Amino acid sequence: MENECFVPAEPTACIDERQFSIMTTGKNKSRIHCADDSLAGAVSQRACVYSGARVVLNPVTDAVHLVHGPIGCAAYTWDIRGSLSSGPEMFRQSFSTDLKERDVVFGGEKKLVACIDEVVEKYHPPAIFVYATCVVGLIGDDIVAVCKEASERHGIDVIPVESSGFISGNKIVGYRAAGEALLKLIRPEEGETVEKTRKLNFLGEYNLGGEKWLVERYLAEMGVEINVAFTGDSTVAALKKAPGACLNLVQCSGSMHWVAMSLEKEYGIPYIDVNFFGAENTAESLRKIARFYGDEEIVRRTEALIEREMERVRPVIAKYRAKLAGKRAAIYVGGAFKALAIIRQLQELGMEVMFTGTQTGKPEDYEQIGNIVSEGTVVIDDANPAEIEKFLLEKNVDMMAGGVKERFLAHKLGVGFVDHNHDRKDGLAGFDGAIRFASEVYATTCSPVWERVKKNPFEEAEG
Amino acid sequence: MLDCTPKEPLQKDAHTIGKINPIKTCQPVGAMYAALGIHGCLPHSHGSQGCCSYHRMALSRHFHEPAMASTSSFTEGASVFGGAANLKTAIKNVFAIYNPEIIAVHTTCLSETIGDDIPTIIKQSEVPEGRYVIHANTPSYHGSHITGFSNMCKGIVSYLAESNGSEKKERANIFPGFVNPGDMREIKRIVTEMGVPSIMYPDTTGVMDSPMRDTYEMYPRGGATIEDIKDSGNSKMTLSLGAWSSDEAAATLQSKCGVPGVPLRIPIGVKATDDLIMAVKEGFGVDVPESLEVERGQVVDTLIDVHYQYEGKKVAVFGDPDIMVPLAEFLITMGMIPKYVVTGTPGNKFEKTVNGMLEEAGIEESRVRAEGDLFDLHQWIKEEPVDLLIGNTHGKYIARAEDIPLVRVGFPVFDRAVHPLMPIVGYKGCLRLIEMISNVLLERRDRDSLDEDYELIL
Repeated sequence: MENECFVPAEPTACIDERQFSIMTTGKNKSRIHCADDSLAGAVSQRACVYSGARVVLNPVTDAVHLVHGPIGCAAYTWDIRGSLSSGPEMFRQSFSTDLKERDVVFGGEKKLVACIDEVVEKYHPPAIFVYATCVVGLIGDDIVAVCKEASERHGIDVIPVESSGFISGNKIVGYRAAGEALLKLIRPEEGETVEKTRKLNFLGEYNLGGEKWLVERYLAEMGVEINVAFTGDSTVAALKKAPGACLNLVQCSGSMHWVAMSLEKEYGIPYIDVNFFGAENTAESLRKIARFYGDEEIVRRTEALIEREMERVRPVIAKYRAKLAGKRAAIYVGGAFKALAIIRQLQELGMEVMFTGTQTGKPEDYEQIGNIVSEGTVVIDDANPAEIEKFLLEKNVDMMAGGVKERFLAHKLGVGFVDHNHDRKDGLAGFDGAIRFASEVYATTCSPVWERVKKNPFEEAEG
Repeated sequence: MLDCTPKEPLQKDAHTIGKINPIKTCQPVGAMYAALGIHGCLPHSHGSQGCCSYHRMALSRHFHEPAMASTSSFTEGASVFGGAANLKTAIKNVFAIYNPEIIAVHTTCLSETIGDDIPTIIKQSEVPEGRYVIHANTPSYHGSHITGFSNMCKGIVSYLAESNGSEKKERANIFPGFVNPGDMREIKRIVTEMGVPSIMYPDTTGVMDSPMRDTYEMYPRGGATIEDIKDSGNSKMTLSLGAWSSDEAAATLQSKCGVPGVPLRIPIGVKATDDLIMAVKEGFGVDVPESLEVERGQVVDTLIDVHYQYEGKKVAVFGDPDIMVPLAEFLITMGMIPKYVVTGTPGNKFEKTVNGMLEEAGIEESRVRAEGDLFDLHQWIKEEPVDLLIGNTHGKYIARAEDIPLVRVGFPVFDRAVHPLMPIVGYKGCLRLIEMISNVLLERRDRDSLDEDYELIL
């Protein structure tokens, strides 16, 4: 089959056991190994189950996110998601039960109860998410029971998120734990129903750099309204209305497919996959949505919007393409969904994708990636810095798109960098995002600083 | 509104359980930072992979450098049967693939709760000839990142430092505390300027402030060499900077190799810098060079010239204890009022030390707290406001909610650059602190003044 064409890419420079996690698109028939656990001793870029759950839920703006564990788990995730809110800022505060030695010995349940009570008394939040961390899973605190009792005592949703970090798997297991927590939150009380509307839910949209607001503007122009996003700029009350939507858009495939399927099963809401990274992807997605509504007026408005926006984007992309054509790019991001979108955008800019990988891709994702990159591209699962370094140098890469752990490695190797992760500060979605992305790629790839790196007078003098 | 204080006013000190907006993080990140101060070292996190990822991310965001470290990648199996197999495999893999000179293992809450016996596991591991594996116990549910830094420093001494029993060398060991590489560079410069050879460890200069080169080095050229660390047992004395981060390591070196430790503060401010210089002068019988006298004179001259810009202003400071103590002292020297001084690291010694300084200066009605959080601090500021906030990036919420200028000092600073390269220690550091503090106050004055009060010369 076309899409299984991978051969191991010179595994000798890397850990032997990892040879099947690195493939070069070519002629062989072996499949990439992914979703394996990271090796002991690896400098893995992967995060944990708790981290996966936290990034999905944290953008619920008016909930308290209470981390049941030692202080670090809360400290490292404090407002690092980069999600923006149009109202409440509760999600940007950091709450921890700050477990101590005696709690680990005697159990942390009492402290958790006390912390929940304190938070309710101080802030009266509409919901509290209680996250289990490694040590809590190990000492066996029954957070489900504690949450249930607290829920009854305070008359608000206190929802356990079962995200002990050591559970085998990776962030994906955490996405699932978060998904379960969300479904629990939105399930109507017995006898209650949520009124059906013509609005849609936007799953896997976290409003980084205001991206949800951007897409919301496009949809409004088409005559379509967002019910609620999972979970960017959402509130507890808005999420509870999720069952009333007529359609779910699924954006981040890693985190939200399971939720979409569950919503279809439980509430009969169909879903479609969308992708707002890149102008072409955006246009395609908007058309898909318009088709779903099957309303001529919506279709007309959508086409008008796309035509106008494409006309705006095209010359800008062409301008950057002239500067960037033939430059070499690398991608290392969390999910395959994003990798695919970035590959398309870089190709539109005339760049060659030399190397691409993800932390959490599935076999079918890697097949899709294999289909759209050119022969000789290195495809890699759960890359470690040594591998990233090797391929950035070998493939003579000019620019890399990734997250904070890759940024400074790339810089040290003389490679430009665009953050396509939590640390991006400006929206990269939609037509506006496509322009922004192109300008960011251009700015870093063609920065004047590389001239000063290349022309070092001291070295020339040495000789 | 980025305000973490509740709408209804609180009873005083009603916040006692858990933490809201912490001023500390867990031990392992401190241990990782200390380990990066050994040349050719790969820190190793013995726990699940998320921890390692978080610590690397936190260090990268603060220092703007790659932070390399490996992990035992715990799963359920390791959590049930113990992590010995993971650690042995990890040690084998790390030496085979990443080829460090030394691996510095730190534990996590997971491996500590399971009860892995690290020294025994290390003994049973395959360590290539001439390479080292050292460790520190850093359970995340005890102390803070500063405790973790201190524990790794102690681990480095216990495993590596040796005394050959002969006469001590005319040389100082310097334990710098949890500070930026820019600070470490400045401390070394001062001691060198006095003509005294020194060995600093941990030493993250050239590691976490490494220059752009033609090639990437997984183990940058900086860091204390193992050879030097071993030989530190033969030095004449140890300058132990920071009671929380360095004293335990210095005490260990004193009892292990008979190198007397001189407990000092991290040299932030005129007095703490004077103390460091006097300790070197007395310890080695050297003269203070003219160049340092000039530097000190410039600082005092500047303080005289511009004191009216900040004198009498109330300040809230928060961060790590070894930085807070000398910083509060310098603020007092500057004529400012350290109204609130908070650290997240536990230990009563902090309150005692800072309260003592305040009392001596005749400053009343200040509040000092160890193991506090930014909820406490924000609550206090609501009750009685301050003119200036000094602390890490997390202070920016309070700064915005209360419209108070923020001077970024400490760890972590995630929203500014260049700070890891620029010292706040020594006399140069005094000038930088004076500049940062007076600049934000003057900018505030400019911003708030009406056209008719807007002045060219300040």
